[in-house]
Amino acid sequence: MHECKCKRSLAGFSSVLFVVLSLVKVFLSQSPEAACLSAEDISPSSNGPRDDDPDDLFAGVDGGSVSGQSRPQSGRVRPLAGPDEEENRDTFDIQISVSDPEKVGDGMNAYMVYKVTTKTSLSIFSRDEVCVKRRFSDFLGLYSKLASKYMHMGYIVPPAPEKSIVGMTKVKVGKEDLSSVEFVEKRRSALERYLLRTVKHPALLKDPDVLQFLESSELPRAVSTQALSGAGILRMVNKAADAVNKMTIKMNESDAWFEEKQQQFENLDVQLRKLHASVESLVCHRKELSVNTASFAKSAAMLGNSEDHTALSRALSQLAEVEEKIDQLHQDQSYADFYLISELLGDYVRLITAVKGVFDQRMKAWAKWQDAQVMLQRKREAEAKLQYANKPDKLQQATDEIREWEGKVQQGERDFEQISKNIRREVGRFEKDRVKDFRVVIIKYLESLVHTQQQLIKYWEAFLPEAKAIA
Amino acid sequence: MMLLAVNVDLQTDATLQVDISDALSERDKVKFTVHTKSTLPNFKQNEFSVVRQHEEFIWLHDSFVENEEYAGYIIPPAPPRPDFDASREKLQKLGEGEGSMTKEEFTKMKQELEAEYLAIFKKTVAMHEVFLCRVAAHPVLRKDLNFHVFLEYNQDLSVRGKNKKERLEDFFKNVVKSADGVLVAGVKDVDDFFEHEKTFLLEYHNRVKEASAKSDRKIRSHKNAADDINRIASTLYTLGTQDSTDLCKFFLKVSELFEKTRKIEARVAADEDLKLADLLKYYLRESQAAKDLLYRRGRALVDYENANKALDKARAKNKDVLQAETTQQVCCQKFEKISESAKQELIDFKTRRVAAFRKNLVELAELELKHAKGNLQLLQSCLGVLKGDT
Repeated sequence: MHECKCKRSLAGFSSVLFVVLSLVKVFLSQSPEAACLSAEDISPSSNGPRDDDPDDLFAGVDGGSVSGQSRPQSGRVRPLAGPDEEENRDTFDIQISVSDPEKVGDGMNAYMVYKVTTKTSLSIFSRDEVCVKRRFSDFLGLYSKLASKYMHMGYIVPPAPEKSIVGMTKVKVGKEDLSSVEFVEKRRSALERYLLRTVKHPALLKDPDVLQFLESSELPRAVSTQALSGAGILRMVNKAADAVNKMTIKMNESDAWFEEKQQQFENLDVQLRKLHASVESLVCHRKELSVNTASFAKSAAMLGNSEDHTALSRALSQLAEVEEKIDQLHQDQSYADFYLISELLGDYVRLITAVKGVFDQRMKAWAKWQDAQVMLQRKREAEAKLQYANKPDKLQQATDEIREWEGKVQQGERDFEQISKNIRREVGRFEKDRVKDFRVVIIKYLESLVHTQQQLIKYWEAFLPEAKAIA
Repeated sequence: MMLLAVNVDLQTDATLQVDISDALSERDKVKFTVHTKSTLPNFKQNEFSVVRQHEEFIWLHDSFVENEEYAGYIIPPAPPRPDFDASREKLQKLGEGEGSMTKEEFTKMKQELEAEYLAIFKKTVAMHEVFLCRVAAHPVLRKDLNFHVFLEYNQDLSVRGKNKKERLEDFFKNVVKSADGVLVAGVKDVDDFFEHEKTFLLEYHNRVKEASAKSDRKIRSHKNAADDINRIASTLYTLGTQDSTDLCKFFLKVSELFEKTRKIEARVAADEDLKLADLLKYYLRESQAAKDLLYRRGRALVDYENANKALDKARAKNKDVLQAETTQQVCCQKFEKISESAKQELIDFKTRRVAAFRKNLVELAELELKHAKGNLQLLQSCLGVLKGDT
């Protein structure tokens, strides 16, 4: 990995931070006109996942894209409708923003508190607009609760952002330098995207824990969030999955869809990680380019100063100015690289881990079902033996046990089928969102590249006559 | 053959035209074919070619430097040694890492590195050529006998590179020179013109050095960024072929776009290298050569002043006066000769410098504009297609 050292004064950075925030505002749109989701009418009386009636909940759910919850023009937005997407007549708004990071406390016990603002017209919320204060561990706590409730049923629960010991320590220690300001901004943005993805999920939106998180002013502290971090949970899930995989019983996949999908997600995972690494490298190199351009600009100015031919001297100074502007351009572009593409890719790498986790949950369910069948078989054999042994009370027990395990087998089969159904639905929704997210973000990114080139043209067009004027 | 951009204002007249018509890169050396066209009577034919290697160029350059007759001229700086080490190393690393990348990636990177190798090769040819052209354009140096031998003698000049002992001697000579240089520079010159030139050149040389180093670093970063975009384009292509959703077309289109923009970015870096970095490097060497001229003049001045003092002493003691007078005359003539030609050389240097910078800065700006517009057009047309698709 490359080491990039950008040394800028904090004063210099605060102007850049303004640019970043406005960029982020545009791209992630904290403006009131943002984040329109559309879904079907959600019944307010539900209190958890409704497995018995899944089609009402999920059919034709369309979300707006997440990582750029931005619709530059208007508030109400029709999702990009394709011929196979079901358009929803009932649109509802929910806008969430995470803002105003504030440091509370001092030293190693310090922590950042973020303001979470929810604006909505949904009836499940008690008010139109709610503001609460949350800290990072609260977000992790929310994720851990949702994961434990829904993952085993095959729902793709969006993972919370990663913990970062190094990043947080710097903030705690009070280093007011560029990297800790950047770190806080990165985290704020990630937390916002996390919440937006979570409420986009029709079942999660109605979850009481989510509602409590968004609305209630006091939240019980999430304990031992080390184990509860998104990565921690996924690691636990994956460990269980590994255990399943290591089992000698290979799952007979009767459904080719699952096998195909798993392979596709495997491939996608590999490529996205590769892409993410390349983009991170690009971000780094562009930052380097910006620094080196600034440094060159200074040396060109110095050269211009010492040049004793007046017109050439002036032209060199102009060159230095152009290069300085270009350096700023490179820096802005690298922020766009990062906040648009790199973070999106990072989010999706984590999301795909969640998807893979969900497939593994299905395998677990299958294994449980198979185990129950094996158990049932054993009980039947035991009963058959007891038939000849003439022990009436043991026989009764055996018969009871058979009935018990018959029930378990049926339940296991039902669970397996249910999770399979859920996963199909979830994957369908996930893929739709993925398409939207990537489309929107990539288009925005290309627009940022267009802007950069337009600026470059402006700068060099201004310089050309100066160069020609050298007599 | 491609002429380096600094090759401005060089009078190429029919009496003597020199160029490098061909070059061959072998394992660790480059063989240049030096081609001459001349109407001068000194040469046996009107047009002829010889093969020369880098050491022979250095020999020629050093012979100028060591020639007292040329003390009053700016000796055109020697071309730098052809250096393919970095490029070769990269090609080797690529070969080692072949297993870790796809066939397409490997082929692409190999093509990139081969193009880089070719670019370095072209550059070294151009730099050797510009040296010869500068000599051929100089009214006095073009008549030099060694130069004619260099151009015409179609056997190996048997100029081996300096061995360790000689290189060590050179090193110490340079050390002494710089110590002297400081000494000489400390003495304020009576002549305003030279005093100004001294102050100017000392500062200018350092600033050019800085700017040259910084521009190299900047261009390297640019190349690194272009390489990243290359990798991104490849991965997007793979994603496009694998994706089961509508995104596949999307990814393929964007991959295609990035392939093209990356090529443009690489060209921008290459053009900046050619028009800016090379210009600065060249004037770094030229300003050093100009400083060397001032140093030689300074030495001659010191010799002249010492001769004056010796003459006074001799007159006072009335001993060896005639000898002292002759020595003083010689020193005086030498100093005045150098001063006269040095003045003209330094004026010409300024003219050449201003013309070279003007040409290069204009061309740089025009190329930057061309590439930015190209990039913009690609991006906008791709955006049009992608937006229209939804």
